[in-house]
Amino acid sequence: MFETAMTWNDLMFMLRGAGVTLWITAIAVAGGTALGIVFGVARSALSPWVTWPLAFVLDVLRSVPLLIQLVLANSFQAIAGLGWSPFVTSCVVLALYTAALCTEVVRGAILSVPETTRRAARSLGMTWAQDQTQIVFPMALRVGLPSWINLTLGVMKDSALVLWLGIIELLRASQILVTRLQEPMFILLVAGAIYFLISFPVARFGERLEKRWRAHD
Amino acid sequence: MFDYTFQWRQAYRHLPRMLEGALVTLEIAVLSLIIGIVIAVLLAVARDSKSIWLRAPATAWVEVARNTPALFQIYMAHFGLGSFGIYLSPYVALLAGIAFNNAGYLCETFRGALRAIPETQTRAGRSLGMGQAQTFRLIVMPQMFRISFLPTTNQMVWAILMTSLGVTVGMATDLTGITQNLNARTFRTFELFAMAAVLYYLIAKAVMLAARLIAWRLFRY
Repeated sequence: MFETAMTWNDLMFMLRGAGVTLWITAIAVAGGTALGIVFGVARSALSPWVTWPLAFVLDVLRSVPLLIQLVLANSFQAIAGLGWSPFVTSCVVLALYTAALCTEVVRGAILSVPETTRRAARSLGMTWAQDQTQIVFPMALRVGLPSWINLTLGVMKDSALVLWLGIIELLRASQILVTRLQEPMFILLVAGAIYFLISFPVARFGERLEKRWRAHD
Repeated sequence: MFDYTFQWRQAYRHLPRMLEGALVTLEIAVLSLIIGIVIAVLLAVARDSKSIWLRAPATAWVEVARNTPALFQIYMAHFGLGSFGIYLSPYVALLAGIAFNNAGYLCETFRGALRAIPETQTRAGRSLGMGQAQTFRLIVMPQMFRISFLPTTNQMVWAILMTSLGVTVGMATDLTGITQNLNARTFRTFELFAMAAVLYYLIAKAVMLAARLIAWRLFRY
């Protein structure tokens, strides 16, 4: 098991795959977070009677497997003649999926700010926007950021599914090598180690952040 | 731009087969959750034990399960074990992968729940003459399951969504596998997968509803 036909070039091939994984994750998380904040604020500020269609769509995005969503989106863009590359399709699907999860994080964080604090802000003459940016945002950030870090890591791990559309990300790259070198255990262990090295330090950082911030409450 | 005729009738014809697949999906999810819970309880106990020989493997399990993709874990069970001459069928590999993943996540859930149970409960049990194992089984564990009921339900929904990954290792009898097979035969990709999406949504909602009913029945007091 410790003798392998894998060369440095093969490792570079896998690292390039890891680069694609990180790139897709970055785009999806950036887009998804922006959407998630808008949706989350909307869902916490407006009445449920107004936002139920949005809530329903987001619920569907969370309750349907990502793989199915990817296949559906890919065939839909073909039907609609949009001509998107698999990369674009994956980014859009993952961003919407991230937005659905992020909305809940944002909403939960905003709801965790006590109603009385917000009333106090408004009583002092702050506008709604001032209340949102000066009072709610700093307080909600402390509650939401650790969950958001977990969410980002979750999207990074879920992004492995885009291999189904033919994108050569980390897991697909290792599968290609497995087919060529016939050493599944060793190559998959390398792939797993790369995922672990990306995810573990960030997860630890999130945990520490959560603990440290809770201590000051 | 939009010159496609949807053929819903063709997809609808295959609904009975897809429902059979939905049953297999549910079966895998339930089995993986049960196996996951059993292992997770053992892991939770091992992670808080004093012996490093118990703590280290349990910690490793949890960290690997939580920091690598579920798809990777299924690949490991299906392709990786082949290096040792162990060839699992897609069904077993999928089940093993999801159970491994469930165990890792549920262990942390259970550990959080254990923290929430006052130490005095254990001491009261021991004072009444119960053994250590007996106290854990009869006093601590029921409270642990009660506190972690909601997160466990969420894990069940995640398990259902994860079963769709089986198709990547050649699983052909679950909902996604059957849908993919029909897709390969008919090329009605959008219609078939849209129906699969609806079915997955309904299964997830049904599980949530069932969980709420069970919680209402169990936790009345």
